[in-house]
This record gives sequence, C-alpha cells and structure tokens, in this order.
Amino acid sequence: MLKAILSQIISLYRICLHLFAKADTVQYPEEMPYLAPRYRGRIVLTRDPDGNERCVACNLCAVACPVDCIALQKAEDEHGRWYPEFFRINFSRCIMCGMCEEACPTYSIQLTPDFEMCEYDRQNMVYEKEHLLISGQGKYPGYSFYNVAGKAIKDKDKGEALNEAQPIDIKSLLP
Amino acid sequence: MEELTIFLVIYGTLLGAFGAAAVLVWFERRLLGFWQDRLGPNRVGPFGIGLALADVIKLLAKEDWVPPFSDRLVFIFAPTAVVITMLLGFAVVPYTEHLFIADLNIGLLFFLGMTSLAVYSVLLGGLGSHNKYALLGGLRSAAQMVSYEVFMGLSLMGVVMISGSFSLVDIVKTQAEHGWFVISQFLGFIVFLMAGIAESHRLPFDLPEAEHELVAGFHTEYSGMKFGLFMLGEYLSLILISSMITTIFFGGWLGPSFLPDLVLDFVPPIFWFFAKTGTCICFFILLRAAIPRPRYDQLMSFGWKLLLPLTLVNLLITGAVLLWL
Amino acid sequence: MTVIQVDGQEYEVESGANLLEALLSAGLDVPYFCWHPAMGSVGACRQCAVVQYANEEDTQGRIIMSCMTPVTDNARFSVATESATGFRESVIENLMLNHPHDCPVCEEGGECHLQDMTVMVGHHDRRYTGKKRTHKNQYLGPLIGHEMNRCITCYRCVRFYQDYAGGSDLSAFSSRDRVYFGRAEDGVLENEFAGNLVDVCPTGVFTDKTLSKHYTRKWDLQSAPTICVGCAQGCNTYTSERYGEVRRVNNRFQKDVNGYFLCDRGRFGAGFVNSSKRIKQAGIRGEDGLYQAVSLVDAIARIRDMIAGSQHVVGIGSARASLESNQALKNLVGEDNYCNGMADIEREMHSVIVDVLKSDIATPGMREVEDYDAILVLGEDITNHAPRLALSVRQATRNRASEMAAETRLALWQDAAVRELAQNSLSPLMIATPTEDRLDDVATLSTRLSPADIARLGFAIADRLRGNPQSGSDAFKATVDAVTQMLTDAKKPLIISGTSTSNPDILRSAANVAAALKESNKDTGVCLCASECNSIGVALLDNQNSLPALLASSPDTVIVLENDLISAMTTALQQQLASIKNLVVLDHLDNATASMSSLILPAATFAEAEGTYVNSEGRAQRSLAVFSPGHLGAASQIDASYHLLDAIAEKTRTSSEVRAEMVAQSPHLEKVISAAPSEDFSVHGSKVARMSHRASGRTAMLADVSVHEPQQPIDADSAMSFSMEGVQQQAPASLRAFTWSPEWNSNQSILKFQETVAGRDRFGESGALLLDKSQPAMVYDSTVQHTGGLIPQHHIFGSEELTCHAEELASLMPQLYIKMNSHAAKQLGVTTTDGLAYQAEAQTLEFQVVIEESIPDDCLVYPLIPQTRCLTGLTDAPLARIDNWEPPAAPVAAQLITTDRAN
Repeated sequence: MLKAILSQIISLYRICLHLFAKADTVQYPEEMPYLAPRYRGRIVLTRDPDGNERCVACNLCAVACPVDCIALQKAEDEHGRWYPEFFRINFSRCIMCGMCEEACPTYSIQLTPDFEMCEYDRQNMVYEKEHLLISGQGKYPGYSFYNVAGKAIKDKDKGEALNEAQPIDIKSLLP
Repeated sequence: MEELTIFLVIYGTLLGAFGAAAVLVWFERRLLGFWQDRLGPNRVGPFGIGLALADVIKLLAKEDWVPPFSDRLVFIFAPTAVVITMLLGFAVVPYTEHLFIADLNIGLLFFLGMTSLAVYSVLLGGLGSHNKYALLGGLRSAAQMVSYEVFMGLSLMGVVMISGSFSLVDIVKTQAEHGWFVISQFLGFIVFLMAGIAESHRLPFDLPEAEHELVAGFHTEYSGMKFGLFMLGEYLSLILISSMITTIFFGGWLGPSFLPDLVLDFVPPIFWFFAKTGTCICFFILLRAAIPRPRYDQLMSFGWKLLLPLTLVNLLITGAVLLWL
Repeated sequence: MTVIQVDGQEYEVESGANLLEALLSAGLDVPYFCWHPAMGSVGACRQCAVVQYANEEDTQGRIIMSCMTPVTDNARFSVATESATGFRESVIENLMLNHPHDCPVCEEGGECHLQDMTVMVGHHDRRYTGKKRTHKNQYLGPLIGHEMNRCITCYRCVRFYQDYAGGSDLSAFSSRDRVYFGRAEDGVLENEFAGNLVDVCPTGVFTDKTLSKHYTRKWDLQSAPTICVGCAQGCNTYTSERYGEVRRVNNRFQKDVNGYFLCDRGRFGAGFVNSSKRIKQAGIRGEDGLYQAVSLVDAIARIRDMIAGSQHVVGIGSARASLESNQALKNLVGEDNYCNGMADIEREMHSVIVDVLKSDIATPGMREVEDYDAILVLGEDITNHAPRLALSVRQATRNRASEMAAETRLALWQDAAVRELAQNSLSPLMIATPTEDRLDDVATLSTRLSPADIARLGFAIADRLRGNPQSGSDAFKATVDAVTQMLTDAKKPLIISGTSTSNPDILRSAANVAAALKESNKDTGVCLCASECNSIGVALLDNQNSLPALLASSPDTVIVLENDLISAMTTALQQQLASIKNLVVLDHLDNATASMSSLILPAATFAEAEGTYVNSEGRAQRSLAVFSPGHLGAASQIDASYHLLDAIAEKTRTSSEVRAEMVAQSPHLEKVISAAPSEDFSVHGSKVARMSHRASGRTAMLADVSVHEPQQPIDADSAMSFSMEGVQQQAPASLRAFTWSPEWNSNQSILKFQETVAGRDRFGESGALLLDKSQPAMVYDSTVQHTGGLIPQHHIFGSEELTCHAEELASLMPQLYIKMNSHAAKQLGVTTTDGLAYQAEAQTLEFQVVIEESIPDDCLVYPLIPQTRCLTGLTDAPLARIDNWEPPAAPVAAQLITTDRAN
C-alpha cells in the first residue's frame, strides 16, 4: 500500500521534472524535422538502371496491403516483359505501413520521407501510375529484376541473365 | 460605499472565475505539453493564449443542438446547474480578510451544499440524453459524488473543531494563530484533496466521462455551448476546490510565516491567496499528467475502505487532542 | 481396409492403394510431383520419399518412394523422421538448382505446386552457385504458353498428353539434364485436351495464355462454381472474374462427371462473355431500323404494351438457356404458347434421348464410361461434339490393360508397368462415323458410312443380337457380325451415339442396339450425347409444342429467349419470323435474330446469372453467377433472363422461387431443387465467399471512378456473397468458389476436399440425377427415314454457338471447306483447287473443296461454324462450282492446326 502511494508520488515528481526538459517536437512547418531515408511516407514506383519501369505487376504489394488500397493490372509488351497497365494507390486509405515495399520482389515500390500530401478533395488522393512513377532508382540503386530472372525480354535473351548458361541445344546427343 | 464594494466583488468574482476558467483551458494544455516534452498550443496570440478566446468563440458559434431523442427540458437544464452551483460556491470564498462576497457563519456548510448540488447537473445530463453511455456516466458520477461527499465533509470537521467556527474567515484567522491546518490536519488535508478531485471529477478520478469506456460519459450527446457549460463547470469547480484548499489548509490570504515581516507587509494579502490557489491548480494539472485513471471499483474501495477510516481516525485524534490537551 | 502405422499412429487405409494415396487420404502432407490421382505413379520425381521399417525392432528403416509402395497390413512407416525429411528437402534443392528467379512474372505464382512443395519441405536457400541451365521456348498456339526454364522434369505433361489424352505432338526430347518437353517444331498443340497441361504441370512451364493476356493472381479472382455451356456433357468448372471481365475457366472436380480434366473448348471458351458483340443495353428498333438505347424500365413497359396489344403471344425458349429462364418464359406466355426452341429434328432426337434416359438401361456418366470394356460408337463425332467424353472413351479402351494387370497381380496405379505390360492391347472400340474420327487411333474397328447407313448398321446389329435374319452386302454383314461378336463377348458393353450428324435414325438404332443387348447382358450401357448445355433440360421441361407450328399460328408478339433462331432456320421460316409484328429478343451476343428484333433486352450469360442445366446423362447441375455486372460503377442493365421475364410479368422472384414454380408444374423435375442449396443455405450463419480471403485492391479498384467505395452487390439468388465475406472452405462442392486449402495453394489442394483421393466430396456432392430409370426400354421401328448426304462436321472450336466468339477459339476455327470423295467430286465436276458456292437468300457461302477418299459416296461434309448454321437440318443444298476461285487467306494459327491435324 505504502509502496503504491510512494510510486504515485515518485511519478508526480518525475513528471514534474519534465517541465525543464527540452521538447521533442519541433515547430513544423517553420522548422522541418529530420526524416530518415527509410521513413515511411508517400509511395513511389522506381525505375531500373536502364530507365525501365521496375514494376512487373506481380500483385504482391496489392495482396500484402492490409487496407487493400493498391490495385493494378498486368500487361505484357511484345517482347514478354511484364508491366502494370495501370497502377493505382488510394492514399486516402493508405496507412503507410510499408508492407508493399517489404513484399516487392523488384525494389519497385518504395516509401519516401515525403508525408505532405494533404488534399481538400479526397478524390485527389487517388494516385495513378503517372503520379507514382519517378525517374530514378530510389533507395536501391543498381538492381534490375529482369537481369536475374529467367524470362526473356527485349535485349536480354535466354541465357543472358546473371548466372545463366547458354540455352541448351536439345539436338545434341553428347552424353 | 459598502454596497458598491459588494457589487464590485460579485462582478469581479463572476468575471474573474469565467476568465480564469477560459484561460485554464489553454493553460492546462500548455502545461500538459511541457510535462509531456511537447510545446503545447502556442500558435494563437502570444504563447498561444489566444486559444482561450478562440475556444470560447468556437463554442459560442457552434450549432445549439438538442438531440431529438433526448428529454429536452432536462437536457437543457443540466449544464446550467453545474455552473450556477459552482458560482454560488464562490460566494463564501474569502480573498482577504475584508474582500469576500459573504462571510456566512455556515460558510463551510454552504460550500459543501453547493458542491453537492452539482451532482444533479451530471446526473440529469446523463439521464436526459437518453444514451447508454451518458446514463452510465451519470450513474457513476452520482455514486462517486455521493460517496466522496461523505469524507469531504467529515475531513473538514477537524478544522471546524479546532477553529470552532464554520465561517471561512474565522477559519483563516484561526490559522494565523494556530499555524496552517495542513500541518495539524494533514490527514484531513489528504482526504479533502482526494475528495476534491473526485467531486470535480478531474483526472485521475474522471470516471463519469472516462473516454476509453464511455465515449464522453454523461456529456456524450452535448455539443456547442451546452458542452461549453459543462467544461466551464469543471474548471470552475477546479478553481473553487483549489481556493477552498488554500483557504482551509494553507492559510488563505496569510503569507508564509517564515518570511521576514518586511516582505509580508509589502506583499498584499490577496497575492498570497491567488498564488496559493494557482499552485494548487498546477498540482491538479500535474496529477492529470502523471497518474493513470483507476478502475471504477478501485475508486469506490479507495474511498470507502481507505479514506473513510482515515477521516474517522483524524476526527478521533483531533477530538482527543482537543479534549485532553 | 488395411491398417498401416505411420509415425507410431495407426491409420485405416484402402487396400490396394499405394502408400502416397493412402497418406494423402489420411490427411497427412507428403510432397509429390509426378504422381497424379488420375494418372497413377511412375516414381520419377523422388519427392514422396518416406521411411519404411521392417519390424518393430528396426529403428534405421530404409527410404522408399511412397507412390511406388503398396500398402500392406501392419506395415510401419515414418513421414516425419529426419532421414525422410532431409531426403525430400535435398530432392527439392536439386530440382530448384535450375529453376529461374521467375515467380513474380510467372502465371503460376501463387497457385504453384512447386512453390507449395518447396515451402512444405522447408527448402529456402540455393547453395549451389553454378550457372542455371536455360532453354528456348516454343510457340504452342494461342491457348497455351511455354516457358521451359521452369521445368522440373516430372514427366507429368507427356504422361498426360501422350498416355492419357492420346496426343502425339508433345514429347520429351534430348537427354540427361537437357531434357526438353515440347513439340518437334513450333505449332499449335493439336490435342483437344492440351489445356489440361496447365493444370497438370506442377509449375509454370505450360500456362494459360488466355489468362495471361489479362492476368490476375488466383487470390484476386472472384469465382463461382459454374457448369460449362460448351456442350451437353455438363462439366463442372470454376469461372473467375476480375474488373468485370471473365478471366479464366478452371476445372472443378466432380467425381462422376469431368473428374480432373476439361476439354479446351470448355477451358478457353468463356471469352465470349467479354466479347465486343455483347448486348449491354436494352434497345428498341426505330422506324429507321436503328436501335435506340432505352432504360430497362421503358423497355419492359414497352414489352407489356406489346403483349397487351397482342392477340397471340408466343415464347420461344432455348436449349442454351437455363431451366429457370425457360420456366420464366413459359410462365409469361402460358404453357400452350411456349416451345423449347428446338427445330423439329432436334426435338425428335432429344425425345429419343429422354426416352432412353428414362428407361432401365444404364446411362453412365463420363466417369462410369471408363469402366465399360467394349464400346460401339454410332455416328457420333465424340471428340468434337462432346469432347470430354472422348477422354473417358480413351480410358475405357485401357480396360484390357487393367485385365492383364489383374492377371499378373499388378496394381493399376503402377502406370508405366501396366502400359509396358499391355503394349498395344486395347479393349474393343468400334466406330462408325461419316468422317475420320479422332479416336480412330484406339479403335479396333473404324468404318466410314453415311448417316443413313450408320442407322442401318445399328438396326442390323440390333436384329442380329435378337437372332433375326440379315440382309445387305457381304461386307456389311461381316461388319455386323464382327461388332455383334465383340459386344456379346464384352462384360460391360456400351453404345455411344449422339446428335452430331442431326440424324434421329442413328439415335433410334443406338437405342435399339442397347435394348437388344440388355436382354442378354444387363450391364449394357448407352450414352447418347445431346446437342447443347441444357437440351435435355428443356426437352424435359416441355417438348410438346413444335417451333414451326407455333410460328405458323400467326402470333403478333414473339419473345425469343437466348436463341439465334434465324441463323439455324430455313428461308421460309426466316420469312415467317421476319413478318411478325413484335419480335422481342433476350440474348447475350449480337446475332442474326437479335438484329431482326423490334426490341432487345440484355440477358446475362452463365457467368452473370444463376441457372440450372441438365446434361446428357440427365444430371441437373446448378451454375452460379460469378459476378454482378452492375458493380463496376455505372449500373448495368444486364440481368438474368428469368429476372427480365419476371419483370415483364410484374413479378420479383429469386431463382429458387422460379424453380419452385417449375417443380409445381412439372413434378418430374423435382430433383432440380436438390442440385445445389438455395439462397437460404448458410454455414454457421455465413454465406459462402466468392473471393478468397486474400483478395486485394478492394479500396482502390474502383477509386478512379469514385473514391467512395460502393456497397458490395447483394446476391439474392444464391447462398454466396460477392465479396470475401463468408466461409471459404467448408462449403459443399456446389457452392465452392475455388479449391484452396492452407499450405496447398495450387489446384492439387482438391485432395483436401475429398474423403479419399479422387473420392467423394467431404462437404457434399453437387448435382442430382433427375430421372428414375423405371420404364422398360423402348424398341423403335427400324425404318430409316432420314437420308441425304449433306453432313455437318462438328469442330471443337467453332461449332458451339457461344464459345466460338471467344477471341482465341475464333482464331482456331476452321475455314469453310466441303469434303467429299473423288467419286462425288467427279459428279460435281470439281477438284481440290476449286470452290463451291451455296447461294441462300441473304448470303453466299464459298467452300474450299477437299477430297478425302474415306468419306462415303454421296456424302458432302461441311464444317459446322457460325456461317454454315443455316445449313443445319438441310439434307441437300444447291451447290455451284465457282470459276477461277481464290481461297481466302486463313489465320496463321488455324492454318497450323489444320496442317498439323492432317499430318
């Protein structure tokens, strides 16, 4: 009993001391807080080192999204490369949890330290691919999914990916 | 001349109480901010003090909404009751030896009576809303206030026994000779403090509105200035309880006796009164910042099983001391 | 039953099964690749390794392949011991050495058996740092994609394609780690069941190109249990939707009907739902002949006015519309004014089939067909007309192999051994058709006869079976003798016939053969293939009124339900129909009848409306709506025909209320109700979900239209919800939207829904056989009434009215040809370089002349495709030689497929 009362008094004392501590918050927007590169803000789609869209429309971000705010549709170019025909994020639902980035096998979808995306009209919170796609590689420079995948695309035929042997000549009878 | 003074004191009290309550809205949030390592509201006016005014304007400008399902008459009456009773309570507060509205010979009982009446406001607000959260809040409030009323009154009986009067001016005067009652009536002070928090349902004893469980308790359905009146009532009761603590236990307008006479002569007595009251208010805010809310059953058992015996012990000891010494 | 001990626990398993089957049936998870419940074991992949102990003292045990091990009483095994799990993990590790880093861009991803098995064994790291072997891909046609890099050489594809489906153009090539599964050169896979490679391949080597074109992962698809509308066999399918489009059709296991496999028409034919020819708006034809889009309310009000102002209203139903829609039409116009929309010859044929179904002769479903050890096919082009049945017939010819295996005490699941033992020994299959048949390669006796001669052959066999004296040529008598001998020798003989030659005599003769055979062998079966998905249903609903008679009764208003009458009509009837004042048409796709109508209503397809269909064996099966067409923003006018017809009759009824009325009027259809649970069914108070619990994009898919999410559409007709709300797995088979079980994401998860492997459904079977087979078999008069040499040749891609509008199937449709032998060609004065023209009222058809000696004299064979639909029912047509004829250029895929099949 006494211990409990004492503990209350100690917490009163400790809290009181915080009167003299420096505030953790800053005077935003006059003073901008530091946000680490891995801060989870506005979502972008990045490009690979060759400047092509990294997104291969695998749908893993959409399925990982706990609020189901990502919708996309796969399309394929004439050389077999997959890309999203549309890619839509409804930021009015997004909770910036970063699960999509975790799920992305191509480093395409990335969260950025930008969080200033308020709108007066909720409809403007719906971002399409043209709003999401940036021209750079984002946080993971140098990675290109198709360079390690087995699928042939334009300018990368079978056997030309990383760590791949030349295609088999099935007519060979050598043991 | 005498009448003019009374007139001035009444209106001074009225405006001062309202003004202080409004400023407290800002002051409390600012202080809470500091205690939580934040900056608190600092945007409107210097140090953000304009927030008090902005809040009042906002509340006054809001739609005066009465839910169609509510008991209209009771719903409107409830918030006014709390403000009226609390303001009446100020009638007996002596700011200095000569500055008060009324020095009733039953001043203390009048104060207790007025705070007891405030329970109607909460209870009627809860009943009239026709809302299950409001009703639960009202019920809790009734039980809580009826319970704590008992020790609140009893805890002051020691003081009354020593000073031999219910007049608050007399009680302060007694303290000039006897020393502040916070020392001789320490147990009484603790119980009164606790009961005061419970009576004004301030945190941590704000169970009637406990937003985790009851949305906003008895004033769930209230908005606009009717809600504003409940807010006002709460801050008024905070100020009233604080000034009562000052008056009864901290020697009212009397300066600390350890200070040199020069200082005591130089500083006007009213300063001491307001300084002590202000400190007391800050302490209440600190409680809000530091102590979590107990469960309802904990609150009740704390009252009946700890505070009541303490009060009785205090009375016994005080009585015994007065009899035999 | 046999009792085995696995990891210290006793299990009661089916005797004669292999251990893998037994373990899986017992609910244990054992990874496997090459074993397939329908194709048995070959022990190729080494994945299902478990440890067997010799006796109680044996603690070491030895590793065995469970798929190659028979269960014996008190045998002791361990699945979980470290040596077994370690072995299985190392097998996967080896298989994954060359597996590409493709999952995100692989159509199999998310429903991949290889992914499931890899997770199951716990392999997660590729330790080998060497290079991955790669392969070039092949073009396999517009339906199936090929990505050889992903192959794990389980041999399932060639085992299915060659051994099970009888295809010859897909094989294993090359040697050691270079093994390649493909064709000798690029080209369209010619087998009609090639689509099953997608299901059979445990990973993404063979993928569904029609899905890939608008690819959606399995978890995002909204699916429902549907019935294939491609033919009358009533295969069970899952049809899946995303963004308001049908994305794919998948096999839905139904033990007695389609089992594990579908034909390519069924699998790839649902694209017509997305066709640009879809009627999406109610339309009224104005004075200028153009249609004016109107609201549904206005259109229905107009129809009510039409009916009110008419003396005589006639309703023409359809064999491709559900029972509910036909019933609603019958209810609207009255029993006397309703006909089921079949031409007279179709009506005649289907009344024979219905009589046989009601008789006490066994009418097996496709699963049971596999048990018959001698089959006589009379005039039916099974592969093109009832494709899935052909696969069953092919399995039935292996009954000889089963017998031989039984003699040597070889278990049937020892697939490679049984095939090795049997070599080319086949059960007797006798085919009498006008043209070459796709089953000829397994036929003991295959003869080309004109339809009339096939009927004569049938009647002669029936006579011969009864011991009556024979007439006819010696060759004919020899054939009759040979067939009769084989049929009487068999333990379970089966007669198959159908409507593909549009000749009722053939059906009657088949019924007579079966009736005669039944007298000596009560295990005789007969299997008559109907024309369309609900032909038997509407024949049972009402077969009294004749279509021409009704049209001749000078009606003012005719309501045509989902039926393209004009295309299949003679000119005289067409003119009759054109002269009708008010022609109201309800249909999905724009067609000749629709464009002649005065008012048109947008009817929902099988994918958008619930309906009951009755297949060739008289099994009523419920098909559920896959999606609600109105849920994508703008309200859609498309609605189930029975709802539209009810609206005209000023009623609002659910499908089960329509069925209740139908059963009240036609008590013999009572079991239609028990085909599937109705809308008040629930599992623990929940509806059954059409979407998986992982369906994504709910708050974004419609956000481009409006950020405010609309309410999910309500399905008042069924016990399923248009969302992920509701139970996902515990639903009965008739309400199951997908097969998916924890840790089993691929279609192999079906075994988690079966009591034993390939056995009964744990949560309740679907469908109900409608008829009690109590009547004695009818014996028909053996006069041949229908002669004539103009014969439609059915094509799996093109001969069905709706599926031929699926884009990919349309590209595989044959060109117009006319086949005859050189004798007939000489009579017509044409050679292979010539064209022949058929002149009809509205159009001219130009045919390429093809000379095929096997075609009987006086027979002209034309392909049954949309353009030639007007020829159906004609026995003879005026044909004129075209001078200086240039054949039209055929699409590449179609060219490839015709040349391939010719070779």
